[in-house]
Amino acid sequence: MSKTLSIAVHHLTRVEGHGNIEVDVKNGKIQKCEWQVPEAPRFFEAMVRGRHYTEVARITSRICGICSVGHTLASLKATESALGIEVSEQTFKLRSLLKHAENFDSHVLHVYFLAAPDFLGAPSVFPLVATHGPVVARALRLKRLGHEWGSLIGGRTTHPTKAIPGGFSAFPTVAELKELKAKMLAAVPDLEETLKTIAALAPAIPAFDRPTEYMALHSQSGYALYDGDIQTVLPDGNKKTYKVADYKTCTNEYLTAVSTAKYTKNRLGSYAAGALARFNNNHEQLLPEAKKVAADLGLKGICTNPYMNTVAQVVEIVESFHESLALVDHFIKNGVKDEPLAKPTRFAKGAGATEVPRGILFHEYEYDKDGMCLGGNCIIPTNQNHANIQKDFEALVPKLLGEDADEKKMELRLEMLVRAYDPCISCSTHFLDVKFIR
Amino acid sequence: MAKPKVAFFDFTCCEGCQIEFTNYGDPVFLELLKHVDVVEFREAMSEKTKDPIDIAFIEGSFSREADRPRLEEIRKRAKIVIAYGQCATTAGINALKNHTSDYRKFVYGKDAALPHLDSQIAVGVDQAIKVDYYAFGCPVNKYEVLQIVSHLLHGKDPVIPNYPVCVECKRRETICRFDVGDYCLGQTARAGCGAPCPADGIPCEACRGFVDKPNHDSLVKVLDKRAGMPKGWAQTKTRMFTANQRGDVK
Repeated sequence: MSKTLSIAVHHLTRVEGHGNIEVDVKNGKIQKCEWQVPEAPRFFEAMVRGRHYTEVARITSRICGICSVGHTLASLKATESALGIEVSEQTFKLRSLLKHAENFDSHVLHVYFLAAPDFLGAPSVFPLVATHGPVVARALRLKRLGHEWGSLIGGRTTHPTKAIPGGFSAFPTVAELKELKAKMLAAVPDLEETLKTIAALAPAIPAFDRPTEYMALHSQSGYALYDGDIQTVLPDGNKKTYKVADYKTCTNEYLTAVSTAKYTKNRLGSYAAGALARFNNNHEQLLPEAKKVAADLGLKGICTNPYMNTVAQVVEIVESFHESLALVDHFIKNGVKDEPLAKPTRFAKGAGATEVPRGILFHEYEYDKDGMCLGGNCIIPTNQNHANIQKDFEALVPKLLGEDADEKKMELRLEMLVRAYDPCISCSTHFLDVKFIR
Repeated sequence: MAKPKVAFFDFTCCEGCQIEFTNYGDPVFLELLKHVDVVEFREAMSEKTKDPIDIAFIEGSFSREADRPRLEEIRKRAKIVIAYGQCATTAGINALKNHTSDYRKFVYGKDAALPHLDSQIAVGVDQAIKVDYYAFGCPVNKYEVLQIVSHLLHGKDPVIPNYPVCVECKRRETICRFDVGDYCLGQTARAGCGAPCPADGIPCEACRGFVDKPNHDSLVKVLDKRAGMPKGWAQTKTRMFTANQRGDVK
């Protein structure tokens, strides 16, 4: 077959940040097949220099507007590790509740507003207001729930304010938590309808398997989101774990000419982070409610179809919902204490990691004796996925050519692939070897 | 009358202000759509238009000369341009690197000279094109945004506060951060947010920028003498969100 086609998607839509897709095929031969990141660099690692430890999470939460809860928490964990701060069990639980709120909120946004229009043949959610009004209203209700739930704990969900080094500056009251629980319970029918909607769309998920390595946090105490060690799993089930402090030994960043963001790799040429990576690593620890949803939607570990990341997000919506109900019940039963902040015991260097909706996120900082930051390093999930997306492209384009796909179909499939990763490109545009200048 | 056409555009930023637009939930969002037509919003929609736009929301800083033509093109198409969020109004957090000259080298090392890593100092979009109105905040206050849109739909000029956050703290009877041994930038910070941070036990960091003509020297004195900040911090404190309003930008 001697097909000639050219795809040039500049500033892919329905993703956060700026990404381009360029494919050139001449007489059946692939001349170019690239996932590019042209986002303006923002230099956060240079910006935290000379800032006080109480300011650093406030600054680095601005790396990303969608995962700003996750950036805040990863930053706090790194700072607390550097400063020898041990937070209380209450802080740990409140932060977990905040983390679940972000996962729920962001996954609802991605599944309904960014991914679903492709399956319904619509360019966006806006025309769906007329054609699928009740579905859009349901999506907006769930989005509001995620936002209100996160705001109660974090102050707000875009750049949370109350989560600070050593704990929280303000606490939800039991009355407020009871109100949150009532709102959550009222959302159960919406969640059930969501599962029906996704089950109806699931058969349209493209078939495409490309085995790769999957990296996520792993914890003994349950499906890891806020805390854990690093774990990767290969398609044959081979697992390997790393301490968070050794994150550089499994991320191995490098720079390419097509991207302002750095790429990463570990045991294979690339690896994936995100909901599917978490599912592949930890699906046995999901709550029964989430396990059932996975089974109903045909998601089985180890799944090597990147398009199924969106399904894994739906499974996690259910996981976060039920895990959080239990946390809320715990606080309703035991109350919330007005705890003072845990104080620094040293000033040194430390790393922290948490899962954000798009995958595992690393922050690292070093501080001087006055608590001023000497330098930082952030490795963002979307950056970790860039090389994997590129390798997916390299496998998918020949497959689609073999299926005699026309330009329009290929473009849509490639766009859908990138969207399935739910990339957050505006975060992913900075970094490199940390140089701690003294 | 046809519904006004509204569009969103993003430059150097975290896109959190656009996300705030999705945080209204069902009642407000669906009501808003009865009054405006969203015609372009890359983060949430694939539709694009070449038609004139009634209101363009521009998010993000102007940090690369390469972005100027895109800004000019938006200005040409739009009747009203709103700088949306702190990155677009004063460059906000992006300006935190503006007093340094080694930021490229620090972050990209030996690759710093690669052309696609080009970046100048970050400034507000009004340094490239004329801006009609400003929605301050990192992130924007979504209720203030509704008010701005509502005023424009009614043919009125939006009213944006030009008094300090302290006024709003007094109104809600919040204990002053200085009285509990903390610091605060509320004396010179632009109000309009309702001062939620001091009420939640944390200082105002002036994420909406300064009021017009702030007394920066006095602020530094208060931070130094009254809050007793570690050496030098009082002088550099205001770089976080207000670096471009300090006067020592390179």
